Parts: sequence; C-alpha cells; structure tokens
Amino acid sequence: MRHLLSVRGLSRDDAIGILDLAEDMAAVATRAVPKLPALRGRTVANLFFEDSTRTRLSFESAAKRLSADVITFTAKGSSVSKGEGLKDTAQTIAAMGVDAVVMRHHASGAARVLADAGWIDAAVVNAGDGTHEHPTQALLDAYTMRKTRHGDASRGRDLDGLRVAIVGDVLHSRVARSNAWLLRTLGARVHLVAPGTLLPHGVGGWPVTTGSDLDAALDGEPWGAVPDVVMMLRIQSERMHDSFFPNEREYAREWGLDEVRFGRLPADTMVMHPGPMNRGLEISSAAADSARSVVLDQVTNGVSIRMAVLYLVLGSGGHDGDIA
Amino acid sequence: MSGFTITGATLPDGTRREIHIDGGVYVDAAPPGATRIGADGLQALPGLVDLHTHLREPGFEQSETVLTGTQAAAAGGFTAVHAMANTFPVQDTAGVVEQVASLGAQHGYATVRPVGAVTVGLAGERLAEIGAMARSRAAVRVFSDDGKCVADALLMRRALEYVAGFDGVVAQHAQEPRLTEGAQMNEGELSSELGLAGWPGVAEEAIIARDVLLAEQAGARLHVCHVSTAGSVEVLRWAKGRGIAVTAEVTPHHLLLTEQLAASYDARYKVNPPLRAQEDVDAVRAALADGTIDIVATDHAPHPVESKEAAWAEASFGMVGLESALSVVQAAMVDTGLLGWADVARVLSAVPAAIGRLTGYEAPFALGSPAHLTLVDPAARRAFATSDLHGRSVNSPYLGVELPGRVVATMHGGVPTVLDGILRPEEEVAR
Repeated sequence: MRHLLSVRGLSRDDAIGILDLAEDMAAVATRAVPKLPALRGRTVANLFFEDSTRTRLSFESAAKRLSADVITFTAKGSSVSKGEGLKDTAQTIAAMGVDAVVMRHHASGAARVLADAGWIDAAVVNAGDGTHEHPTQALLDAYTMRKTRHGDASRGRDLDGLRVAIVGDVLHSRVARSNAWLLRTLGARVHLVAPGTLLPHGVGGWPVTTGSDLDAALDGEPWGAVPDVVMMLRIQSERMHDSFFPNEREYAREWGLDEVRFGRLPADTMVMHPGPMNRGLEISSAAADSARSVVLDQVTNGVSIRMAVLYLVLGSGGHDGDIA
Repeated sequence: MSGFTITGATLPDGTRREIHIDGGVYVDAAPPGATRIGADGLQALPGLVDLHTHLREPGFEQSETVLTGTQAAAAGGFTAVHAMANTFPVQDTAGVVEQVASLGAQHGYATVRPVGAVTVGLAGERLAEIGAMARSRAAVRVFSDDGKCVADALLMRRALEYVAGFDGVVAQHAQEPRLTEGAQMNEGELSSELGLAGWPGVAEEAIIARDVLLAEQAGARLHVCHVSTAGSVEVLRWAKGRGIAVTAEVTPHHLLLTEQLAASYDARYKVNPPLRAQEDVDAVRAALADGTIDIVATDHAPHPVESKEAAWAEASFGMVGLESALSVVQAAMVDTGLLGWADVARVLSAVPAAIGRLTGYEAPFALGSPAHLTLVDPAARRAFATSDLHGRSVNSPYLGVELPGRVVATMHGGVPTVLDGILRPEEEVAR
C-alpha cells in the first residue's frame, strides 16, 4: 500500500487485513516494552494544517511504538499562518527527509492532491481532509465494532449484518463519509439520521439508508430490529448560527442521545463518538460514561490502527499498490 | 501585405469560391499583386466574436494582458473579444474602458470591446457610470459584473431600465450568492461524496427566472452568461416563448466536460459555474442546436500556475478557452451532427456581434464588408498541448486531450494574425 487517502479503494480483504494487522499491533501494547523496531530509521512527518490534538497524538504514539522518528508540523504559529501554501510546506518537510506524511488539512481532497501532484515522494496518509474522508477513523471504528462484538475471535471476520446508526451532522462529517463506505464494504448496514439540513444533497448515491427521526431509528427503522451501534457525531459550534437547526435545545431534543433514549437501548448496543464530545448536546453523560460506551476503546484502538497503516505504507517496503 | 486571394475554401453556406481582399475589405476580383492563400479542404468562417473574455489588464498582468489575450484569441480564430470588467481598477469608468479598447486597437490582433461594470467596483451597491462608458470612445454596449451576480433585485431592475436607454444589454452572471456560499462544484451525488461544497443548479435558475421577468417588465435586453444547467434551459425556453428579449451563452467547457473530472481534485477543472452532470451537458447542447441558447462564449479566464497548484477549495475558478473553443465546439456540436458550419458562424460570430452591437459582422464575406475571417482545417486532429496556448496562462482543461480541427489562418480587417497555423509577429500586426 503506497498511500492511504480514502477508504473507497479498500476491498473487503484489504480492510480485514488492516484490522487483523491492528490486532497484532494491539498485542504489542501489552508487552513489557510496548515497542516494535519495525520502522527504525524511518521518519514520519505529521503535517497538521488544521488543529487536532487527539488525532495527532494518536499518530505520533503509533509511529513511536514502531520506533519511527516523528516530526510534527502544526499550522498555528507556523509558516502557514504567514501564507505558505500546501506545495511549499510539503516540499519543505519532504526536503528534511521524510518517508511518510500524515496530513490533516481543512480542504477536501488535499491528501489526494499531495499524493498525485508529484511534489514529494513520501507516502501520504490522510488524517482527515476537509469534509471528505478520515480513513483511519473509520478503520478504528470498524475495529472497535468488531472487537466489541467478537472479542478474541475477531480475526478474519467482517461486520456481517451489523446495524449501525450514525446520527448528526453528516453534511460536514468526514467521519460519516469514511464510515458509510468502509462499513458497507465490511458488510455492515448503515443508517444515517440527521435533520434534512445536515444530510448532503446527493446522499441518495451513498450505500446507506437515511432518515430524520432518531426515535424511529432507535426503535428499529429501517431494519425492523434495534441498532447494534449508535454513533453520535459532533455538532460544531459554527453550525449553530447558520440555520441548520433552530437552536441547541431543539437539536438536543430531536437528535441528542439523551438519558431517556439511551435508557431504551438494549444492554449490548454500542455507543460510539469520534470525539471530542459535546456533552448535553449530541450525547448525554449517562450515555457517554456508560458501560455501553466504547468511546475510550475507540481512542485506544486508534493507535493500533494507525500502527498498522504506517507499517503498511512504510514497513513492508512495498511501493507496489496505491490504496485509493 | 494588403491584397489577398484565398482559393479553395468552403464558405459557411457550403459553397466554394475564391475570396478576394483588398484594403481590409472583401472585393470582387483579385487585387494586383495579391498574395495567394491556398485553402483546399479548409472551412472559411467569419472572424469569431467572443462575448465573454477576461483579458486581466489592467491589474492582473501576471495572468494575461490585452496583447497576450488577443494573441490567444487570434490563434483560436477570433477577431473580436469582449473584455470583462473585473480588472483592477475595475472597468467602471470611461477612462478605464477607453484604455483597454485602445490597447486592443494598438496591438491589432483583435477588436477589443470592453464590457462595462454594472455597479461601481463590481460591489453590487450602486450603478457605475454606464452612460459615460456608453458614450466614450470605447462605445460600451455590454454591461456586466461578471464573476459576481447583480443579486439585488432592485438594483438589477434599475440596471436593466437604465442600460436600455443606451441600447445596451446587461450580461448577468446568474448565481444566487447565499445559495452558493463557499460553493466548489456542482451539487449532487458526487459533491456529497467528495466533500466539496455544492453549487446547486437552482442558484442559477432562480436568478435567470427573476431576471427574465424583470427584463420583460423593463422592456430591456438581458443576456445570460455561461448557462450551465438543464433547468436554466427550461426557464430560457419559457422566456423566449413569451417574447422576452433574452439571449444566452454557453461555454465550450459546459458543452463538453462533466463534473466527473472533479473526482481527481485537479483544480484545472474548477470553474464557475461548475462543470455539471451529463444530462445538463446534453440539455445545453440541445438548446444551442435549437436556438434556446444563442451563442457560444469562452469565459476565457487565465490564472497563474500557483493559483491552480493547490487544494481544490483554495484554487481559483476558471479556465483558458480562446485557443480551444472552436475545436471543442466542433467536437461537441459539429462532429455530433447538432450544428453545421453555417450554424457555427452564427453562434460564434454573427449573433455575439449583434448582442454586443459590434458592426462589421452583419454580412460576412459580402463585398465591402471588413475582412474578418478564419480558415479552419476540420479534418485535423491533435492532442491539445501548451504549445497551442498563446496567452500567458496554461490553465486549460484540455491539455493532452485529442481535439478535432485546427485554425490555419485568421484575418482581422484584412490583416493576417495567423498564417499557416502560426501566429504572426507583433510588429507585423500592430497598427
């Protein structure tokens, strides 16, 4: 795998391969010295044009567990704030001798442009591009679902028939986009729930079902059975003043996983959130802190998934395939 | 060189006869010492007229100048261009439009007809000095805030009423601004997948619908720039059926390319209005064929390399189009059987000239008419390359694409600007 830009090019076998490799990586964490020498001498650059402390730390920790050297670039206070563009920043970092670039960028497609433009030779891992994709998030979500459902018997399995409700701001969510396709590839069934204003025009072409009624989804729409997973998406504060919905109170009433709704869920329904959470808005503390919440597992598993991805783009030495 | 005899060319009406030129006009016999131009197998067309060109001068000379833009025009078979107002300073006063027109006249490659801004600074707040521009030496007849929509309904009404008094036309860039905030590409399934903010067709259609009704009420002429959706075609068809004085243009790229190209995130395909879906392409082709859309106009929009070498959302909108326009029209309309060459002459010369009130194009090839013409080899095929571009910018979506047709010669008022497919040197063309 040359780059990881999108989940769209991953076949079922590719995806299961990454999840299985992440199982191996997770096992490393339980050792006395939780490190592998796999990427010794290789350099990973974290290029964060947009702030994301948790994703950056997760990639950093993944690279370090594989013994890679890590350099980190964040836009704030850097040359980018002085007007430097993607091309110059990438070339500057590449000139320092990096083998992989992990990039978060505010523009959709930025990772694709970086990989295709011929400006640099390094492998590119998309750590979130605008409102397009966040492939490692979807992989860690899939890993978490599989692990929670199958435990030690996870290897080699897909998400056969799992019912996943993704709730909230789908329009602006790269997490929702990556999950919609990856979960489908892995055999899960995805239902998106959002006010009509926050479902993209054109969502009819996605491999999902959609609705606007959270209660109906929790009661089993469209599957005729309650969801196995309820994934709540973050509502960004800037959406609150642009008429996507009247106000926070109405949003929380209609689309929040409040205590009452949470109480209706069966004991084995997983509650997920990509973080950071707005408690009291899209998710109640009762749900976030419950035994059904796997939010912290998502964080833990994120490191394993990112170790697997970095290993695949760097460690195997294989520059033979581009997982689009 | 002043006298020419062109032999063997086929005229737009399909006939073949010798064409004689002397003193810049068509004459009935070979003038003494005439230069002979053999044109066997070539299609003669009247000099092409572009109603929608960005020449970028003054202000953005790193992208294009009047000289380089008119050289690009000549290379594409054009003998007249209408230079859009979004220069810096903006073409909103008599002084600026006269400067642009005189630069064009001095260089000689094409007649430059400046477009005047509708509003001061294109700011959409108050009318520019339309009368002064109309009465200036540039004799402006087309007024447009192109790049920006005259979104305020009252201001648009006033502009239509006021411009009508100078025999002018308001050329509207139809884009409802609130519906297109941050918009990056055609809104639809693909934009939802790519995570690029959508530019919905209704943002164009709603403005056209409003404007045709305002034009009807004002009894004024309205021209709609770069029509891009099937819905817009329906509105125009309805308006023309009512007898409203509306004309409309389509760009070559909206006749040929679709939004699918955006999936590469290659910003060469970023343009405003955006590339649309195949059904829109089919609709604008049919509309051009049946006359609902009157003309083809290039929206030639040069940008420097650095403004396209960027993430999609950070790149500029626009494509250069003068050099490729005729080839694209041939590919989309002629080779598909939708238009004949006489129709091409109509949509790329006679009608755009009439909309712009540009004289000299009413009776092409007729004795005494100015010798504005282009000779095209319709049988040629070429992979379009940067060597085909003669402007200062290379932001063409057709690089590497095989296109039919090639401009072999262009004459502007009897002066060759292109011969044997080669642009003639500045000093030979300059007046």
